[in-house]
Amino acid sequence: MTGIDLTGLDVRPAQVWGGVRLVPLVRAEPVAGLRLGREVYEGWGEASVAVGDRTAYTSYIPHGFVADWTGTGEERAAYGTRLGGEGAPPGMAVRRPQRMAKRRRGERRLRFLPLHLALEGYLALHFGGPSVVWDDWSREALRRGLSPRAEAAYAGWSVPGLAEALRIFELHPGQCGLLLYVADALAAAFVVPHPEDYRLLHPTLVEDLYGELVHQYAHYGAPVPEFTARIRDGAGGIRTLADLRAAAREQERAWAVAHDGLMARDLLETPYAFERVYRMGSFDLYRFLPPFLRGGQEQHIGELITDHKGRTAYLKSFRLSENQIRKGHLLRRLAAEDWHLGRTAEALGTSYEEVVRRIRAAGLGSLLDAHVVAQRIRENQEG
Amino acid sequence: MSELVAAEDVLLFVNAAVTATGQREFRSSAEEQRFSLGFLHEYVRVNYRPVYAAALALDVNHHNAALIVEGLLRTAGEAGGAEEKRAEGRLIAARLAMLPPQRVYRLFRALRAAGVNNRRTRAIVRGWLAARPDPALDAVKYRTGVKAAVRHVHGRPTDPETGDFLFAPGRRVRYGNALLDAYRRAHYEQSAVYELPFTVAEGFAAKHGVPRAVFLERIAPRMTRLERLRTERASGAGAELAVMPLTRLALYVLALPFGERVERRAELTAALRASARRAAGPYAGSWGRLTAVLDDSFSSSGSAVKRRRPLAVALGCHFLLEALAAPGAYTALWTSGGDDPLMVRPYGPTPLGTRILDALETEPERLVIVSDGWDNAPPGLAGEVLRVWRARLDPGRGTSVVHLNPVYDADGFDVRRLAASVPTAGMRDAEDLAALVEIAQFAEGRTGFTELRAYLDRRVEHFLTEAGA
Repeated sequence: MTGIDLTGLDVRPAQVWGGVRLVPLVRAEPVAGLRLGREVYEGWGEASVAVGDRTAYTSYIPHGFVADWTGTGEERAAYGTRLGGEGAPPGMAVRRPQRMAKRRRGERRLRFLPLHLALEGYLALHFGGPSVVWDDWSREALRRGLSPRAEAAYAGWSVPGLAEALRIFELHPGQCGLLLYVADALAAAFVVPHPEDYRLLHPTLVEDLYGELVHQYAHYGAPVPEFTARIRDGAGGIRTLADLRAAAREQERAWAVAHDGLMARDLLETPYAFERVYRMGSFDLYRFLPPFLRGGQEQHIGELITDHKGRTAYLKSFRLSENQIRKGHLLRRLAAEDWHLGRTAEALGTSYEEVVRRIRAAGLGSLLDAHVVAQRIRENQEG
Repeated sequence: MSELVAAEDVLLFVNAAVTATGQREFRSSAEEQRFSLGFLHEYVRVNYRPVYAAALALDVNHHNAALIVEGLLRTAGEAGGAEEKRAEGRLIAARLAMLPPQRVYRLFRALRAAGVNNRRTRAIVRGWLAARPDPALDAVKYRTGVKAAVRHVHGRPTDPETGDFLFAPGRRVRYGNALLDAYRRAHYEQSAVYELPFTVAEGFAAKHGVPRAVFLERIAPRMTRLERLRTERASGAGAELAVMPLTRLALYVLALPFGERVERRAELTAALRASARRAAGPYAGSWGRLTAVLDDSFSSSGSAVKRRRPLAVALGCHFLLEALAAPGAYTALWTSGGDDPLMVRPYGPTPLGTRILDALETEPERLVIVSDGWDNAPPGLAGEVLRVWRARLDPGRGTSVVHLNPVYDADGFDVRRLAASVPTAGMRDAEDLAALVEIAQFAEGRTGFTELRAYLDRRVEHFLTEAGA
């Protein structure tokens, strides 16, 4: 499985408010056998999770620290923001990454925190740090990897115009999803299995996370135009009411084709790296990461549930900003060259200094051993 | 050309003055609405002052009537000659007599705050105060309002007792007037509370700690019709639905839970039909084959302050159009596809284009569209369908189409239109439908300013003779 399959979801005409374009996705019939209930999402944003031993931890999404599960032994994760819970342990025991998706004991239900999986996947990218002890890297980097690793995001209500656009959006009958464009850049995709679920979860979109890029586009972008219907009534085109109706139908079809081919192309056609997180009956819960290509394409991270045919039952995506893509790209290349700076520079077709600059620009400068790097740069310049 | 522009400006203002109330709407905030409306008022007042005054004779809503009066009195100097001033004065006096008293007192307070105290204003306020049927009731119910108005115009209360009540409350031990005396006694005597108007009694009941249910039951005879309708659910007393105006009744029905609407279906439908027949009056059954496209999309839920107003207007129109159409020749098409008017709820998108196509298939003589004009599934299709229909399929105008819009669009300074070829009229109450359709014909962009002025003069004359009689 390499791509997102939105079979069964039809596009309906978009609704525009200011710079925000909302494209509803409609299912002819809901996905059988899977529902996303409200209790699953109770306390959205400030998720309270019972850990057992009558303790509970409360986290904000995104969290700042992530467990290092690439090592051995028992892992512990400390969560960035913590609320309440007297005598709560300093860290929460995590044995496997599946912990973020936890099956309720004795029930056929799976609890997972929205976008947690996806963000965690991104934050934990090559989290272990240098695998070979090159002396360019600091001792800290070798010992702890990329920890702590943090990314900032904006809450939906702080994105200008988004809350209003979501408030006045008119839900379609049978609507199971929404593609959210800000300044005509795809900001998020949201799909659920059942229209009733969507109706309840629509307001939660305003509490979701949106990347820096989305916030900036909404802030600086101009209002986007509506794609209004145009009926061509040139000579002899339309003679009866039936012709007129056919022309109106054609308009709706044309929009759906234009949307899938043009506006959602990057989301649907990018080859993603999927990682299965959980299996529940015939449904699979995945998280996916983009290839981190640097071609100006949209790159999304996210999580999805597919049925046995690979069709999407649940999808939630997060648009990465350019900086985040760059960081992901850099980490990928470093890992591919076993974290050797010189070889990475060659692979990237650039110089040692440039790679150092990029690492620093990505906010990973503290991982480098400043003395060794400075010395090496001096040697390069002299020699 | 300039005539056409003038006619357009005036119609735009009339549409705004009928619909806008300066309150929050589904898509714009109260501030946006007030700012937009304020600009429009100033623009029309400066450029077309006689028309601005004449708008008082039309079915503009109370909010705008008060704004127009305030605007005219603030700029009395710009009125022109004595003749124009007299004409304005008559219109203002006639309109003030129709406004609810609390609105008029609020207007007087606004004039006072703005420092408007010309001779004309004083004469108008004095005239209005003198014409009040029961000064003692006003003094009790609108105490601060009356005080402010009388003070502002240096007036004298009609009788010395009311004067003492307002300005020297400690002077008399008791009042000869029963109402004034009840107000005095209500401070310490519970039974006197029930002789007072409802709004005043409410405060005293709270002061005496009377349980709400007991209070509502005993005060019921003193309530106005609307107060009774509003407190009906709390007090359990049945309101007389049959005498309610159509839009009020529609709002009441829409506020009921679905279960109750089913239980009382016969009663509610009969009340709505009776009210609609009353509103239709002599026009009942005279509109021939009629099809209506009614908007019950999510946006018709209005806002927190105008709850379900657009939907109530659509529901009122449904029953009114049913009464206006020839018997059995009426078809209603809701945008949601539902066919039970009593069970409508504001939900879903607005596929106006497809619904209009369905409507045109019934081959009506008249097509009435009641919608806020935000056609979004797909956007703009309604306009295209209407345009092509007019241009290609019905160039002879066999079907007359009119669009009625209950929502003022603050950004557009007008109600939102569907297509240039379709006249659009703003609408506040479903009862005004017939008059609005008449105005809407001017909006097709083919009648000039002269015809419009003639029409307005006719309306003004009619309005003044009715007020004078």
